[in-house]
Amino acid sequence: MSSMPLLSLLVWLPIVGALVVLFAAGRNDGLARWLSLGIALVVFLLSLGLYAGFDANTPLMQFQELKPWISAFNINYHLGVDGFAVPLILLTTFTTVIVVIAGWEVIQRNVPHYMAAFLIMEGLMNGVFSALDGMLFYVFWEAMLIPMFIIIGIWGGPRRVYATIKFFLYTFLGSVFMLVALIYMYVKSGSYSILDFHTLALTSTEQFWIFLAFLVAFAVKVPMWPVHTWLPDAHVEAPTGGSVVLAAIMLKMGGYGFIRFSLPITPDASAELTWLLITLSLIAVVYIGFVALVQSDMKKLVAYSSIAHMGFVTLGLFFPFIIFAKGATSGSVLGIEGAMVQMISHGLISGAMFLCIGVLYDRMHSRNIADYGGVANTMPKFAAFMVFFAMANAGLPGTSGFVGEFMVILGAFQANFWFAFLAATTLILGAAYTLWMVKRVVYGDIGNDNVAKLVDINRREFFMLAVLAAGVLALGVFPSPLTEMMHASVDNLINHISSSKL
Amino acid sequence: MNFEMPDFQLAAAEIFVLAMVCIVLLFDVFSNDPKRRWTYYLSLITVIGAAVVTWFTAAEGTELTFSGTYVADHAGLILKMATYVSMVFVFIYSMEYLRDRLLVKGEYFILALFAMLGIMVMISGAHFLSIYLGLELLSLSLYAMVAFDRDSPIAAESAMKYFVLGAIASGTLLYGMSMLYGVSGSLELTQIAATMSDTGVSANSRLVMLLGLSFVLVGMAFKLGAVPFHMWIPDVYHGAPTATTLFIGSTAKIASFALMLRILIDGLGALYADWRDMLMVMSVLSIALGNIVAIAQTNLKRMLAYSTISHVGFILMGFLAPTSAGVEAALLYTVVYVIMSAGAFGMIILLGREGFEADEIDDFKGLFRRSPWFAMIMMLLMFSMAGVPPLVGFYPKLNVIMSALDAGLVWVALVGVFFSVVGAYYYLRVIKVMLFDQPTDDAAPIEASLSMRAALSVNGLAVLVLGLLPGALITWIAAAF
Repeated sequence: MSSMPLLSLLVWLPIVGALVVLFAAGRNDGLARWLSLGIALVVFLLSLGLYAGFDANTPLMQFQELKPWISAFNINYHLGVDGFAVPLILLTTFTTVIVVIAGWEVIQRNVPHYMAAFLIMEGLMNGVFSALDGMLFYVFWEAMLIPMFIIIGIWGGPRRVYATIKFFLYTFLGSVFMLVALIYMYVKSGSYSILDFHTLALTSTEQFWIFLAFLVAFAVKVPMWPVHTWLPDAHVEAPTGGSVVLAAIMLKMGGYGFIRFSLPITPDASAELTWLLITLSLIAVVYIGFVALVQSDMKKLVAYSSIAHMGFVTLGLFFPFIIFAKGATSGSVLGIEGAMVQMISHGLISGAMFLCIGVLYDRMHSRNIADYGGVANTMPKFAAFMVFFAMANAGLPGTSGFVGEFMVILGAFQANFWFAFLAATTLILGAAYTLWMVKRVVYGDIGNDNVAKLVDINRREFFMLAVLAAGVLALGVFPSPLTEMMHASVDNLINHISSSKL
Repeated sequence: MNFEMPDFQLAAAEIFVLAMVCIVLLFDVFSNDPKRRWTYYLSLITVIGAAVVTWFTAAEGTELTFSGTYVADHAGLILKMATYVSMVFVFIYSMEYLRDRLLVKGEYFILALFAMLGIMVMISGAHFLSIYLGLELLSLSLYAMVAFDRDSPIAAESAMKYFVLGAIASGTLLYGMSMLYGVSGSLELTQIAATMSDTGVSANSRLVMLLGLSFVLVGMAFKLGAVPFHMWIPDVYHGAPTATTLFIGSTAKIASFALMLRILIDGLGALYADWRDMLMVMSVLSIALGNIVAIAQTNLKRMLAYSTISHVGFILMGFLAPTSAGVEAALLYTVVYVIMSAGAFGMIILLGREGFEADEIDDFKGLFRRSPWFAMIMMLLMFSMAGVPPLVGFYPKLNVIMSALDAGLVWVALVGVFFSVVGAYYYLRVIKVMLFDQPTDDAAPIEASLSMRAALSVNGLAVLVLGLLPGALITWIAAAF
């Protein structure tokens, strides 16, 4: 197993597979679907090999591959994973399978292109999570925009052009500053290796600016208030599969970026600016929670709820610095692990929520809450799933949504009572906006004739929702396989960031 | 001065091209084929032959010959090879254009070959005289090529404009050269470089040097199209037949770079501290103005003209670093830009047909429905021009910004990246029109010869493949200095 370049396979197999789908399938849509499903499944199975072969006892990078890529600038094709990357790669490969299944019947136009775009996305996202060279990371990070731009633009809703250009420019603007920061560190250290960056000595002014440059890039991706405005637009206009990938994986790259770059490279600036990040996170949790409450469009509501949930991630990543300032470390593990669990869990739950909305949209061609009512009467099986995922979204104990939020809140108590208090309002707000939506859509009397004609989910839809539900439940009841995988890496990170670099 | 036998072998490529142009000229006079097939084939053979000759007679290191007027070095080799590659594409695309419009005449090929010879002489110029001769050979051929479609009033207008402004630029350049000659007493770049780095010159001589430098710089900025000397670019790009725009927009950029390289670096390198700030102003203004004004364009040729201006700004940024790494970055930028630009104009030619120039952005509407393959090629080219990795257009930007940061010019780098985001908008708009919009009318299916389709596909895929595996190209170019 060790001789097989597993990570390279995870990156390139989907991309090569996408080309095969494009050229082999031609106009044969059926073949394109089956081929894509086959490729997505093979990649998923390969990623299980990653899980099986991963040694959770060490924070070191594993499955490393190192080849010179652009030797003139000392840029290497350097891949490797630790406890932070493996869960996210698993989430990516898993989600791609679901997305291929989700697009099975819904997409009737340019099927091979659609499937190929998602497979290319998968490869590039795996690349982002496994790149250990700053420039390689940047190339994957930017390249990802191209397929997403196309997915939203071609298969999206009525305002898709506005949404996709906004999405592209927002993220592009964020990341070019990261590019400048990366180059700056290269000029200083002569290397693009992320691990070299971790140990690179930087003055506090340098750290400050590098931190800000990274912050712009990652805050847009997460997205944090106030640079979140691209997300509702992109989510609403994207096809269901696009929304799922955006919510489940692309948002996680912001959080991953903080873990991989901002915290270890600029720990002192992170500590210095932690008040800013915590404030923004709490605004996301509380204010965006209220914004979600008043949405009349289901997709927009879930999009805003994503922003609120991602606020937990950034909160969990940054309150440890308050604890360090007190000279303690207890509670900081909970913050970072909680943030990771929240990312994975949110990936499953928000993906599932978007799929549920997609199921309704395919039948009614409306995302308006007011157009629904009493769906449970005509679609009982579907209603069960939707209610379950809504509960998970609201953080019901026993689902994965609870675990991450609980860990972050628990840890936040060690930092400051008010952080925990404000973060905990999400338990009320989240329940309010999600369950109120469910009440209006699923329960009550049948709202209108269109709802009366609804047909319950078919086996394909049942299968994809059931798999996700199983995942949400499993992580909720038994999260330790996930947390054990990252213990060593989290401890290592905390060790690294709790001591000053100056 | 003793007469030394020059080393003809070093200039074998130029001699070969000159001989071949004469043969093509004679052949064309006696040819009565209305399609001029063999003129076209012979022109291609000339270019490919020149590539072979250049490759096998390449000098080790730097060698001067013809009494110090001609230099052969690795940078020259790279520039010449890039010239040949782009010329092959230019000829294939142009033939398609001329054939569609029944404009096929031997003159086009002969003028283009003469222009190429001019570029080659400029690349190898080690003497103000040879550089100027090469420049004029190029420019005079280009003036005629712009007016090539003689029944088109807009072409005639832009040819006039180009000629008048080009003549002014040449005059300014020449005036600056004469001042530098006055100070150094020589037209040879090595002699001039020696005078410039001599710290013992009097204050008056230094003043004349700086005046000469300014004039030379203005002349070069005109030829490059850097702000504020850019006004001719949009009009000429727009008015010229697309086949000529293609040549001006791609291959001719190599000449502008060669001019900068020879005069600024080889000749006036010692005055770095003096020309750096001037270049910095032009660089930042070009990037800003080019990218902003391009947004307002509805005509693709004009949009590409403004995008050229912004790319020129990036090329100039490379010269800001005091190290050779900066010039390498600018060289890489030029080579990559030529590839991308040739492809973009090739797409305009592909979609056009007789009586219809596909040069409005709206002409690309719904291309994805009509031809997914070429929509993808154009998409690759546009993303590459926007500098999005993993396409090749990203690496020169990276390289240029790296050299700017290395030189401590953080703010210039930030301006550069900020405006490349602004610039991304108009490239995205082209992609949006192709991929997301419906075709306007019963747009005719794309008709083009096999060679055109093949060349354009190679051109587009090169942008992707070089983007994925840029190592070899970058290493080859990094060996230039």
